[in-house]
Amino acid sequence: MKIIVCVKQVPDTSGKVAVNPDGTLNRASMQTITNPDDMNAVEAALKLKDETGCKVVVVTMGPPPAASMLRELMAMGADEGVLVSAREFGGSDTYATSQILAAAIDTIGVEKDDVVMCGRQAIDGDTAQVGPQIAEKLNLPQVTYAADIHKDGENITVKRMLEDGYMTIKVKTPCLLTCIKELNTPRYMSIGGIYETYNKPLATFDFEKLKDHKLIDPSTIGLKGSPTNIFKSFTPPQKGAGMMLEGDGKETCEKLASILAGKHII
Amino acid sequence: MSTFNSADIAAFKDVWVFCEQREGKLMPTDFELISKGRDLANELGVNLCGLLLGGEGIEATAKELGGYGADKVYVCESPMLSVYNTDAYAKVICDVIEELKPEAFLIGATNIGRDLAPRCAARLHTGLCADCTHLDIDVANYIQFLREASTLDVDGQKWDMEDRNLKMTRPAFGGHLMATIICPRFRPCMATVRPGVMKKNPFDQAKADACVIEKPAFTLSEADVQTEVTEVVKAAKKLVDLIGADFIVSVGRGISKDVEGGIKLAEELAAELGGVVGGSRATIDSGWLSADHQVGQTGKTVHPKVYVALGISGAIQHKAGMQDSECIIAVNKNDTAPIFEIADYGICGDLFKVTPLLTEAIRAAKAAK
Repeated sequence: MKIIVCVKQVPDTSGKVAVNPDGTLNRASMQTITNPDDMNAVEAALKLKDETGCKVVVVTMGPPPAASMLRELMAMGADEGVLVSAREFGGSDTYATSQILAAAIDTIGVEKDDVVMCGRQAIDGDTAQVGPQIAEKLNLPQVTYAADIHKDGENITVKRMLEDGYMTIKVKTPCLLTCIKELNTPRYMSIGGIYETYNKPLATFDFEKLKDHKLIDPSTIGLKGSPTNIFKSFTPPQKGAGMMLEGDGKETCEKLASILAGKHII
Repeated sequence: MSTFNSADIAAFKDVWVFCEQREGKLMPTDFELISKGRDLANELGVNLCGLLLGGEGIEATAKELGGYGADKVYVCESPMLSVYNTDAYAKVICDVIEELKPEAFLIGATNIGRDLAPRCAARLHTGLCADCTHLDIDVANYIQFLREASTLDVDGQKWDMEDRNLKMTRPAFGGHLMATIICPRFRPCMATVRPGVMKKNPFDQAKADACVIEKPAFTLSEADVQTEVTEVVKAAKKLVDLIGADFIVSVGRGISKDVEGGIKLAEELAAELGGVVGGSRATIDSGWLSADHQVGQTGKTVHPKVYVALGISGAIQHKAGMQDSECIIAVNKNDTAPIFEIADYGICGDLFKVTPLLTEAIRAAKAAK
């Protein structure tokens, strides 16, 4: 049994975000982190490893520096890393990305009692599309928004969150689950883990390695093969600053209330 | 294996909306999307159709969709469709789309829509844009939208006024950037749309009566379904309805020194205004408020009449969810907090001091009317 976890290195959008004059993101000026929901997926996989001794493989698609993220995840306890990286893969939308990742996962091999895990969504795009699209390309059943996962042999029971409650869903392995932050609290790297991480295998899957896979067709990967294209990108204008009221006492509040009443807002 | 080829784009027409139901009841998002879909269908000169899946008898709810603008509703009924299930829904929807070939397909970006849409788009080999907040067909309308919502120099650019692609606009990078996405080579062009963003048309009974119901043929068997839903549990607590609220009083990190007290003050102000309490991501991540209260890019998009931000600094993720409120009032100790850049009225002060005074002043002003 093994668990394959898909992870993404993303710019940390919680801090200051720099935008170039042409409206694109100034990635060079920003910190990168492992996508938060993906950390919950890694932790869920490591918990199953603690219980069953199964193998955990972390997979990412991205530029070569993303290898350092895989080393960190292996220092947390993952056993192997796979970096999917090629110029031909660049500019892929979610459809093309999921095809490439599905080909990589299929190359690693999905067996009867294996599980594929993803974060629900990445904080740079917020699409939540790649997980379900990988599942479709691999013809695996999916359960998204997993807030609790129980595995008993080939049977997995998932608490799947809805806006107004939850569903309990039963699914058999192999399957794909997408994880949310309610699932767990990710562990830290251990000292021993950091010591061991550079002895663990980290493979790079480039275009040569994947090009003969049935899902990899130059017409359906990369920028040119993506069904969607960016037509325009832009920054929203700042709304003009309003009125700062003097003071913070009773009179100030009464003034504000009378303005609101005068405008029939209250 | 299907031989479906979505690249034959001339074969596709009509705008479709996936109409989600839970427990046999249509979702509010359905009416928002039908209303927006009506505009798009008019711009394209095609029909607007709803697609409604559910258990036996769900057909009875379909006509209501006509009252918001649907010309036709395709209804697929089966006991296997009464509760949402990814495999069953994706199978039926993809089969019906391959047969009837809509040009555009809109889905509400609910937890269910965001599970279903990518699965269908991958099977149909077409493009999908997530969590859209604005949709256009007509280039003239799109240019007008950019004039209001962007800093782009629209007059300095060349435009193909005949372009009939669906232009799907969405926030990215936590709202720092907006992107307009197109899907020029495949159909249907698919989009999930943020709940609460599109405006609902007034209901028209005559249009509801005229709405055509059609039941397309489909096959669905146990073998098509690999997952089993064993229970559906509603949250015990009544969830806060941020999207429907006219007045929202939100709290942020500024309540940290007395969380319970801060929330109580916000509740009192909200009660005086006849509104509800919301919160920034920090308050949800810290466990001070439950997730249904979250306003922002990863929470809900709201546009109430009045939005009061108490102790919220105004991170871009938060602004993305509330900047279109009609009137924004901000209270913050820090006079350089970014929230003041978008507030209509700002008070620099301690929320624990200002909020009760403001509640009292509003009570007095209302009484004096």
